[in-house]
Amino acid sequence: MRDPVTTVRPAAWPKTPALKVGPADDACNVLIVGVGGQGVIMVSKVLALLAQSQGFEVKQSEVHGMAKRGGSVFSHVRFGKRVWSPTIPKGDVDILVALEWAEGLRWLPFLKAGSGIFICDTKRIVPPFACLNRKPGAPMRYSKETPAEVVAHVGEAYAIDATDMAEQLGNERAANVVLLGALSTALDFSSTDWERTVAEFVPKKTIPVNLEAFRRGRGWIEDARTSTPAVDVPAPTPATAAPYRIRLDINPAWCKSCDICVKMCPERCLILNAERIAELAAPDKCTGCRLCEWLCPDFAIRVNLDAPEALAR
Amino acid sequence: MSETLEAVAPSAVRPNDVRPLTGNEAIARGAWEAGVKVAAAYPGTPSTEILETMAEFPAEDVHAQWSTNEKVALDVAIGASFAGRRALCAMKHVGLNVAADAFMSQTYIGVNGGLVIAVCDDPGIHSSQNEQDSRIYGMLATVPILEPSDAQEALDFTRLAFDLSELFDTPVIVRSTTRLSHTRSPVAIGDRNEPPPRPFIDKPSKNVMIPAYARPRHGVVIEREAKLKAYFTESSLNRWEKGDTGFGVITAGTCYPYVREVLPDANVLKLGASWPLPDDLLRRYCQSVERIFVVEELEPVIEKEIQALGFKVEGKCFFPRTGELSPELVRAGFEQAGILEPRPQQKTWTPEPLVRPPVLCAGCPHTSAFMAVRASGARVAGDIGCYTLACLDPLRGMDTTVSMGSSIGNAVGMAKAGETKPVVATIGDSTFLHAGIPQLINAVYNQANITVMLLDNGITAMTGGQQHPGTGKTLRNEPAPRVDYEALVRAVGVKWVRKVDSYDLAAVHQSLRDAINYRGVAVLIADRPCVLDPVKIKGPPFTVVTEQCNACQACMNIGCPAITWSDQSFEGRHKVQIDQSLCIGCTLCAQVCAVDCIKIVAPVMQ
Ligand SMILES: Cc1ncc(C[n+]2csc(CCOP(=O)(O)OP(=O)(O)O)c2C)c(N)n1
Ligand code: SF4
Ligand code: SF4
Ligand code: SF4
Ligand code: SF4
Repeated sequence: MRDPVTTVRPAAWPKTPALKVGPADDACNVLIVGVGGQGVIMVSKVLALLAQSQGFEVKQSEVHGMAKRGGSVFSHVRFGKRVWSPTIPKGDVDILVALEWAEGLRWLPFLKAGSGIFICDTKRIVPPFACLNRKPGAPMRYSKETPAEVVAHVGEAYAIDATDMAEQLGNERAANVVLLGALSTALDFSSTDWERTVAEFVPKKTIPVNLEAFRRGRGWIEDARTSTPAVDVPAPTPATAAPYRIRLDINPAWCKSCDICVKMCPERCLILNAERIAELAAPDKCTGCRLCEWLCPDFAIRVNLDAPEALAR
Repeated sequence: MSETLEAVAPSAVRPNDVRPLTGNEAIARGAWEAGVKVAAAYPGTPSTEILETMAEFPAEDVHAQWSTNEKVALDVAIGASFAGRRALCAMKHVGLNVAADAFMSQTYIGVNGGLVIAVCDDPGIHSSQNEQDSRIYGMLATVPILEPSDAQEALDFTRLAFDLSELFDTPVIVRSTTRLSHTRSPVAIGDRNEPPPRPFIDKPSKNVMIPAYARPRHGVVIEREAKLKAYFTESSLNRWEKGDTGFGVITAGTCYPYVREVLPDANVLKLGASWPLPDDLLRRYCQSVERIFVVEELEPVIEKEIQALGFKVEGKCFFPRTGELSPELVRAGFEQAGILEPRPQQKTWTPEPLVRPPVLCAGCPHTSAFMAVRASGARVAGDIGCYTLACLDPLRGMDTTVSMGSSIGNAVGMAKAGETKPVVATIGDSTFLHAGIPQLINAVYNQANITVMLLDNGITAMTGGQQHPGTGKTLRNEPAPRVDYEALVRAVGVKWVRKVDSYDLAAVHQSLRDAINYRGVAVLIADRPCVLDPVKIKGPPFTVVTEQCNACQACMNIGCPAITWSDQSFEGRHKVQIDQSLCIGCTLCAQVCAVDCIKIVAPVMQ
């Protein structure tokens, strides 16, 4: 049984867990994932160039196109004496580097069972899609997995506050380089070679901050290997409470058909009916936000919320 | 055939110069090494980087251009070929549909300077409207198709394609797929070898396709096919990798590495040219093995040919006809066929995946247009571009999307068919120039009652920010004449034209209402640059005064990725917060917040 709160188990950390420099022709498989705009491709390019400069055959495969648009982004890097497929078969990933928490979870099933290493930023990027259910009390549709569940399914797991660490350095965008530093401890390339390659890829002005970010990421893992820190992985937000009961009172005598409530209702649940009087056409969509009540110039709408006791105002 | 083989000896390879290149970069490099003089394309994922790479080579070597659409690009390349120069045209798979008219004639004409068309298919539909298999165009046009399986072959095959084109007097297709185009692997590169220009072939019977000249040319094309088959039978492009004869695998292109991944020692016939297929070689191969498998992505092109030769072959019964193949799928197919032992079942755990579709950027100028069309209650015929993402919640502002430029024609059809709602077509600037102008002229000519929203963000954004005739810049970022949309639209007879600032929400709503109320074709131009390209726009960000937010969710309807729920709530609904590193300060959310609690973060004076 694994310790459910500790995400780092340094005792089991092998120095070169996946890299096979010997005669074996199995490739080393690193999958780098995140959200568009986070710098996934940069991480994979650095790794690919470094591996190539050390004499390995390297294939680096990504699908861009939607990459800039905040979608999920992934890049496969495989290197070894001979590499065939540009993509890593499911279950064959040696190291999974995730720049965002839910993206890391999405790809966890690709990790090699028992021996795969999971390095994940705790950064959460909540897409607008996760916030579609606006009903009072509705939960966010972000990932629901608990740290314990995650830990139970990987060989090695590191949840690192890379974005926070980069922010402390004054450059949030260097989070991917913090993760590169973390990744570097799992592969048998010298830190001088790593740093030289990083410097090739970042804008000149940002070389010092990026090298510092790299060292912090590397140092964090090295610390983690000698101490036993319990890192809290972000837990899912629980649903707040039971929903309210919402009632709308519309006074037809006061409604002058101005259309304001219809146009302003965020849920688009009001219409002007055949008599051109405001009517709640989609009661199941109404969230009780009261905009119609506040915006109606003639006080024709009243929104009643019958609140459950438990909810504080 | 030995003479032809000699004639296509490879050009000089630079010793020890190996670089990591993507498939697309390798295709461009191969064309440049082959001495290409004119390269033309319209952007389209996954082919876009071919021309972008081309533009990195000196302008004296090659004229590289963005053309208005794929047919135009192919016609430009054909012109260069007529003029005796080597020419490249690049496009995504669906681009070949647009260029097909020229393509189908050019196959009769053949070439003067070598003519190569790089077509990038998108199995799995990573970023397209369909996953058609371009090899079928090779069959239709009787044009050879070379299918590289990695970046090195992408370079070598492209270079060779120019030689073959001239040798056999035919356009040649180099077919890539998303996986190859966007995979980087080591490539040994060579030098440029520019052949001298060939004199114009003054022969109308070859170059002018009137019926009397075209009829005999069709016969020439059929003869050419036979010559190509004979050539491919001997060519090293098709490689027989011998092994155990219990079963054999015939494969091509990006499927080859998948096959090798799961069956490293199998007996494989790797086809470098997937059209026309070398009958003799196939026959010999099929006779030499007991079971024959074909592993190919999408359509059973090779499989059907082998069946036609009279062999029993297994292919699509084990390897899916839809989507992209992968080592997993190839392995599963061979497991099912009894060739591989099933892998021990791994402990499976599937975390509930978070839905994360691509979204419009924070501050995207397209946002307001779709807030307005949705509020207008119109029927919306959409088109292809970033703005197609507005079909998703919460904007949900688009009812249909077919192909580039379809929106306006679809809108005309809807209106003429008696749609009772107002009909609005939404079309991006690049798409409008690509295929929208004839559509608009048709709408005016046939006096349709529709509104066209021209979403002018000053760039081809979806494909990563390419210049076009409306941006005033060329592929090489040099100044160019710029299309004046208002003048153009008026010139074709549109009477109601208005330009509106996409960031002025009230004006967008009001203008759309006016446009819809106008009877006839009204064109509303929404005008604001894309916030990503050509320059990244970042204004002072906004923030939410949390105490005042009543969690009405009006701002959430924008779908701006900078706005999310905070940990606080009001009456059980989530209050919102703005990620200031993402917010670019477009002001839209502040415009919709009825309680006025979204405020600009005052720029810090230094
Ligand atoms: C025939 C064809 N060619 C190319 C493409 C690729 N493609 C999709 S959208 C697009 C450009 C859209 O640009 P624009 O209309 O300006 O909209 P934006 O993305 O800038 O919002 C291109 C080139 C395609 N889908 N079909
Ligand atoms: S309270 Fe009024 S404005 Fe709010 S969702 Fe309900 S009907 Fe719409
Ligand atoms: S790239 Fe430009 S056009 Fe596309 S979503 Fe972003 S801002 Fe909008
Ligand atoms: S101002 Fe509002 S809508 Fe615009 S980018 Fe910022 S948060 Fe998004
Ligand atoms: S529109 Fe204003 S009040 Fe409504 S949720 Fe957004 S910030 Fe809060």
